[in-house]
Amino acid sequence: MVTRLESVDVVLVGFGWTGAIMAEKLTDAGLEVLAIERGPWRDTPTHFPTTFAQDELRYYWRHGMFQETAQDTLTFRNNRSQTALPMRRWGSFLPGNGVGGGGVHWNGQTFRFLPSDFVARSHNEERYGPLLEDMTVQDYGVTYDELEPHFDYFEKICGISGQAGNVRGEFIEGGNPFEGERSDHYPNPPLRMTFSQDRFAEASRQLGLHPFPGPAANMSRAYVNPLGVHLAPCTYCGFCEKFGCGNYSKSAPQTTIIPVLMRRNNFRLKTNAEVLTVQQTPDQSMASGVTYLDANGEEYFQPADIVVLCAYPLSNTRLMLLSGIGEPYDPETGHGVVGKNYCYQVMSGVDIFFEDEYTNEFVGAGALGMIVDEYNGDNFDHTGLGFIGGAYIGCWTTHARPIESHPVPEGVPSWGSEWKKAVRENFLKHTSLSVHGASMAHRTNYLDLDPTYTDRLGRPLMRMTYDFTLNDRRLTQHITPIAEEIARGMGGREITVNHRRGSYDSMPYQTTHNTGGTIMGSTPVDSVVNRYCQSWDLPNLFITGAGLFPQNAGYNPTGTVAALAYWSAEAIVNQYLRTEGPLVQA
Amino acid sequence: MAEGLSRRAALQLLFMTTTAFAFPQTLLSREYGRGEGMPWGAAAGDVPYYGIPDQRFFNADELSAVRAIAARLIPSDEDGPGATEADVATFIDRQMAGFYGRAQHWYMQGPFEDGLPTQGYQSEHPPAQLYRLALAELDAYCDANFGLPFSGLPENEQDGILTGIEDEEITFETVSAKTFFDLFLENTIEGFFADPIYGGNRDMVAWRYVGFPGARYDYRDFVGHNGARIDLPPVSLLGRPGWSRQ
Ligand SMILES: Cc1cc2nc3c(=O)[nH]c(=O)nc-3n(C[C@H](O)[C@H](O)[C@H](O)COP(=O)(O)OP(=O)(O)OC[C@H]3O[C@@H](n4cnc5c(N)ncnc54)[C@H](O)[C@@H]3O)c2cc1C
Ligand code: SF4
Repeated sequence: MVTRLESVDVVLVGFGWTGAIMAEKLTDAGLEVLAIERGPWRDTPTHFPTTFAQDELRYYWRHGMFQETAQDTLTFRNNRSQTALPMRRWGSFLPGNGVGGGGVHWNGQTFRFLPSDFVARSHNEERYGPLLEDMTVQDYGVTYDELEPHFDYFEKICGISGQAGNVRGEFIEGGNPFEGERSDHYPNPPLRMTFSQDRFAEASRQLGLHPFPGPAANMSRAYVNPLGVHLAPCTYCGFCEKFGCGNYSKSAPQTTIIPVLMRRNNFRLKTNAEVLTVQQTPDQSMASGVTYLDANGEEYFQPADIVVLCAYPLSNTRLMLLSGIGEPYDPETGHGVVGKNYCYQVMSGVDIFFEDEYTNEFVGAGALGMIVDEYNGDNFDHTGLGFIGGAYIGCWTTHARPIESHPVPEGVPSWGSEWKKAVRENFLKHTSLSVHGASMAHRTNYLDLDPTYTDRLGRPLMRMTYDFTLNDRRLTQHITPIAEEIARGMGGREITVNHRRGSYDSMPYQTTHNTGGTIMGSTPVDSVVNRYCQSWDLPNLFITGAGLFPQNAGYNPTGTVAALAYWSAEAIVNQYLRTEGPLVQA
Repeated sequence: MAEGLSRRAALQLLFMTTTAFAFPQTLLSREYGRGEGMPWGAAAGDVPYYGIPDQRFFNADELSAVRAIAARLIPSDEDGPGATEADVATFIDRQMAGFYGRAQHWYMQGPFEDGLPTQGYQSEHPPAQLYRLALAELDAYCDANFGLPFSGLPENEQDGILTGIEDEEITFETVSAKTFFDLFLENTIEGFFADPIYGGNRDMVAWRYVGFPGARYDYRDFVGHNGARIDLPPVSLLGRPGWSRQ
């Protein structure tokens, strides 16, 4: 029995970063909004106060706040010749669950993609000629300039600590000289840097590079955001990413938006309620609402005039596939769009071990770091290199939590007395550089429904077919040696280069930057949604998240994810509510 | 707390109230909002599930083997304490008795296949069961080849066997010896370095050994350390050193 509930103006599926952004803008416009969240309520004083937030085993190793694979997981294989098997425990990425979603336990490294990232196909083809075969890279359909006000607004909502490099065309020393033109500065000054960043900056300058502070959603000082919500100074506690912040110092939906939403009469939130499908009107011209299951196993139908998927790229794609909306992508023919262009992040790095100096990396914050951007996007000449895109190289000092981080130099065994001694000797004397590489779309990387494995309700799991592409391999081979060169200049005793070689391995943690599957674009033939993130099939269905990215850039996604959500919310309020039809004609 | 409750019953009660965490996080559906502001309730803290001393999984033979293996992976030596001083075995025992040992939060539906290295854990056994089967096979292997259980062997023999398992030269019948080894090493490192509330890292020996200050939360005074050592005694979620049991 499915109970039919009273209709609402807007139903939001999922209540993490994009859910909170949509809810704030749409309730502000006077709409009646209901958010349905699969996981529990979560807030600072009850779920991660400073009296127990710093529990490494619980939050990271026992996945205290992440989606449980028992509830929903994916199957994974590197290519179509293999049999996909379920990810029984998480490894390479950690999908969020509960109020705030991944926004509770992210690092807060908050970048804007480069202007050229949004026009990756046209820009690169114009400059370098045709792309590699089978690369299904495309333009976003929206430009950096159109998103700029929304990047700016999100940075102010979050109170990002950073140093601008280009404000209204004026270049500023110490910022990123390659960034797109900004309308304003960051609302807060950069975090204070530690020894490791100082060494990195010095070594980079020696090579003629322009290091700048990583834009951080960790507060460099007390801050009040445009909604009137207060954040407190970061204490560099070193329990940031994978953990909630006990100090109200990390921008999360809870510390920036939710307190205001919870005071609005036209907002409601249901927790521990998992959305199962998006329903359509009988003529399949509109979405009619969603079905969801509550914790007692009761099923409900929630009608709504507008449905917005805010459930993270993996869930958004699966919901589209399970609901039969849009044509599933077929890698054989290249037809279909749902599940197309799954991309990730191509990470490599360098470990640096010092002899006399101490790095004390337990003094850290999720987004405390110095960055160089000379080798990102199209900031350098790719002529003859055989790949497009790039990576930032950064020296982040986020933590020294000992279960996760006890690095030893090359050649040390993995257990026993010799290992133990090497752990002790290097524990306080290590830092690392990360090479945060773009991931370009390819015909053979995609998401679809698994033919064998089902969830606890008997519905197919989603299947991920993914491996690094030729473009990815060339990219990482080109840029990792540059990080190595910087590392050598930092004055350590020795370094270890961690190349990205071989097939994608779903186990070691890399990043929770899953992109694609519900991509945006200019025509229904090559995208799931139009430039306003509106479904080509059902005009009252909107989608948020990094699933919109046709391919992933060499940055962390959330700055761009948020800007797209604000852009889409603005289109709903200013355009859709007037026409209630497609905002782009197919 | 009600008077007259026995210590054991009190512990059970405590255990019951902390098992929320042991279940998939779908306890209650709730509705919030309509202008009510941020929900808050007294004593609503979502405290960790940490296991209690009464909750054990291993039998005596298994516990001996676990102690012996952990002591080889992180030995006690002249450089400092190892798994024995940290009481890693108690940590693993409690973990196996709880939601982790049962793989309660993991997807454990079949069919089960061996899988490729890039596909991760594919055993049909939850960790506790994997340990039980593997430890029995390990002792059977040692008994057949050396006439003694693993814990009775000299250290160099023990190291040789563990290396053989790690390198997949020694295999088991019922479970993957390598999967067991990898999980055991992971759990041993967890038990060595986790907060002492979980039963290992006793008196924070491992944190003291490497110089990790533990569960502190404010390093603003130390950001400008400029490469000098920061030497702070560790603090646990249980509190400060003098406060912990011997
Ligand atoms: C450890 C970690 C570190 C990270 N660091 C960074 C960083 O430094 N910089 C950066 O840019 N990004 C970072 N990220 C990524 C960032 O968290 C995400 O990009 C961001 O949270 C995405 O927002 P979202 O709204 O799309 O998804 P989320 O914030 O994850 O919210 C999705 C919500 O939908 C809910 N949901 C899913 N399915 C359903 C369903 N069927 N029914 C109801 N609800 C559902 C989920 O429970 C979840 O609460 C990090 C992520 C992790 C895990
Ligand atoms: S490092 Fe700063 S922002 Fe991050 S959790 Fe600690 S106090 Fe909060």
